[in-house]
Amino acid sequence: MAHAGHDVDYIHAEKGLKSWLLTLDHKRIGILYFVTVMFFFLCGGIAALLLRGELFSYNAQANVGEILKNGDIYNQVMTYHGAIMVFMVIIPGIPAILGNFFLPLMIGAKDVAFPKLNLLSWYCLMAGAALAILTMFTGRVDTGWTFYTPYSIQTGTAVSMMVVAAFIMGMSSILTGLNFIVTVHKLRAPGMTMHRMPLFVWALYSTAIIQVLATPVLAITLLLLMMERVLGVGIFDPKLGGDPVLFQHFFWFYSHPAVYIMILPAMGIISELITTYSKKVIFGYTAIAYSSLGIAAVSFFVWGHHMYVSGQSELAGTVFSFLTMLVGVPTAIKMFNWVATMYKGSIEFRSPMLYAMGFLFLFAIGGVTGIMLATLAVDVHFHDTYFVVAHFHYVMVGGTLMAIMGGFFHWFPKMFGKMYNEAGARWSFVFIFVGFNVTFFPQFILGGMGMPRRYFDYIAAYQPLNRISTVGSWLILTGFLIGLYVIIQGLRKGAKAPPNPWGSTTLEWQTASPPIVHNFDHEPVVTAGPYEYK
Amino acid sequence: MLSWIIKNQLAEVLIGRANAQSFMPTQASEIAKSVDSLYSFLLIISLIACVIVIGGMIYFAYKYRRRSANDKTAYISHDTRLEILWSVIPLVIFLFVFAWGWIIYHDMRTMPKEALEIQVIGRQWAWVAEYKNGVQSNVLVVPVKRDIRLVLSSPDVIHSFYVPSFRIKQDVVPGRYTSLWFRAEVMGEFHVFCAEFCGTSHSGMITKLRVVSQTDFDKWLIEEADSSLLPPVEYGKKLFTTKTCASCHFEDQPGVKIGPTMKGLFGLENHEMVDGTTVTADENYLRESILASQAKVVKGFGPRSAMPAFQGQLSEKELSAIIEYIKSIK
Repeated sequence: MAHAGHDVDYIHAEKGLKSWLLTLDHKRIGILYFVTVMFFFLCGGIAALLLRGELFSYNAQANVGEILKNGDIYNQVMTYHGAIMVFMVIIPGIPAILGNFFLPLMIGAKDVAFPKLNLLSWYCLMAGAALAILTMFTGRVDTGWTFYTPYSIQTGTAVSMMVVAAFIMGMSSILTGLNFIVTVHKLRAPGMTMHRMPLFVWALYSTAIIQVLATPVLAITLLLLMMERVLGVGIFDPKLGGDPVLFQHFFWFYSHPAVYIMILPAMGIISELITTYSKKVIFGYTAIAYSSLGIAAVSFFVWGHHMYVSGQSELAGTVFSFLTMLVGVPTAIKMFNWVATMYKGSIEFRSPMLYAMGFLFLFAIGGVTGIMLATLAVDVHFHDTYFVVAHFHYVMVGGTLMAIMGGFFHWFPKMFGKMYNEAGARWSFVFIFVGFNVTFFPQFILGGMGMPRRYFDYIAAYQPLNRISTVGSWLILTGFLIGLYVIIQGLRKGAKAPPNPWGSTTLEWQTASPPIVHNFDHEPVVTAGPYEYK
Repeated sequence: MLSWIIKNQLAEVLIGRANAQSFMPTQASEIAKSVDSLYSFLLIISLIACVIVIGGMIYFAYKYRRRSANDKTAYISHDTRLEILWSVIPLVIFLFVFAWGWIIYHDMRTMPKEALEIQVIGRQWAWVAEYKNGVQSNVLVVPVKRDIRLVLSSPDVIHSFYVPSFRIKQDVVPGRYTSLWFRAEVMGEFHVFCAEFCGTSHSGMITKLRVVSQTDFDKWLIEEADSSLLPPVEYGKKLFTTKTCASCHFEDQPGVKIGPTMKGLFGLENHEMVDGTTVTADENYLRESILASQAKVVKGFGPRSAMPAFQGQLSEKELSAIIEYIKSIK
């Protein structure tokens, strides 16, 4: 490809660490995110394995088969697992890695609207992450990722520093969102109307709106928490005249929409995968596109379903339950649309499609258990038990992580210009999918039996299912190790990828693999929708 | 009307003997039964939904698997009637489930008028029940077949009072009272868990709820009431449990390191603190350590003590009794 300076691919365009750390190319920034988020995922994953290891046996007080020394250490590992996975892996995961790389390509743009802001977002994430990791050496944090008051005010651990870290990482999220919104509105290629945008772009666009509107609320909440911890201003602490439940309202006002920051981009990826590997136009393009926006809008009005037993009024609980049911509808629509897309298609079982089908399987279970949790009386029993833990792992890990893996293998040839070992990728899917169900399905039953979450130790009756769950976590580990091996092998020895190995119709496949610095030789002109398979 | 249909007819007809509760804890109250009926219904509906979505996916995946690279596929962009159908049907089901859940929730939240009232205090890391006659107990004892109303409060952080067998849960919030009610239909012992993360020994904040006959309950209440007339050491031993000391300070369990052991503590000279100083463990040291737990922290348990301060929480008589008891642990 490299016959002239400006035609060279983005990887070989410049050399040296500096050319990466100061790059303004959205593709290179995507790669920066990829490397760092992978590292964070490793950290959060190790924490998860430690937690599962500890829970292999009950009776921690007698020190039988202990992995973690005591409750305090367990609580800290639990906090880092949650905080790292949420703030440093799942939230930046899809938008910042795959979104950064492919949003401009998919709408036929040269870059995002604000390349320098894009780089700044990465540095914000790095600064926040560095602070968060630093807390491990300055007293650690044991509040859980939710920072509930008044515990987070009273505990002697490094909460203040962690809060500053989350604040800075929030900045990163806001800047990315802002960038994407402007890019979608301003930089679409000629003929790329809103209704010709691929559904991944629609999903990123909806996500970006939530990021920009909701994340500042998290920032405000964390600032108030700091004022209370450092300056002693009474806001949430009853000892100072504050209200601890107010914190929960503020926190979930951000963190519930954040759940959709995590899942909407995943849904976008699934739309791309299913059309490509079914070789068929998506069923109900408009419904899927607008249900993303619908979910984004309603997601701001359901935060109270995290608080049915918090002491909020019965009326509030009832209203939130009702509104939560409404979010179920656009989600169900998407599920039906994806399955309908496969009807009369030509389905190829490549690993990205396997991940997409894995997504549908796990998200269906995550979805129906979500309805159970939205139901007032049933949630009273399930709230804060392992049922909730199982549910949100089914939607966030079963959903988002499956989509990340699927999307990653789908776009790997485009990103790196190399092919990977298909058999290896399938094996990684098998282990992750099976391991995931072995790990988390028993947790639904444990929750039903009443096992509360965030428990360092539990009663004897819960041991058998906990053991199954822990064994499952080793299967997941195996799956990811295979996946890592496939990626490294692909990068080192993979055959050269053609521009469009899967016969996909979206714009990013119309340029070279890997793309040239300016993405396209000539500005593409779009004349049809994104999925015109015949 | 809807309420009546749901409660009496529909549950019977739809659920029959479908057994969601085989994995659920014992149903110790009527509310638990109605929650389980709704849960069974949800399970059945969910199963049907999953069969449609996952089954449909697997069927299509098999039937329309790629046979050659040049497969022709159908061009079906949408189908308005189908789409309306699969939007409206879930919506109707969701709203139905919402209403059913609300009805039971309303029962849970409506406090009965003639209930036996018990104050329950959740603190780091134990539960204390306070009865009208002044009895304090870590085990919650209640009479069977009687409405019980618990008034919950916390002096430190948020806890959550959870009895799986009654399917009830309520956060215990510092700075305000919350409450819940239940009516036990069967006698026996049930687990009480703390369900809201509250720090070091969150998972140790477990106690028993004992449901006994009215006669046994009355007898128990009188027996317990006499305990303040006990000799100081025995009264102190009881307080050591009810005031939650025993959650962290075990008499002798090597390896357990939440709080230092009390065994042989009294009279100990050269008792080493976290800042390197040493003290003699006399009455005043014990008194200070109970009332202001951060004043002197034992080496190996710092820099900051996990123990809450008991200043203002104990009467002089109680404090003296606890110290007498600690002195007696040799």
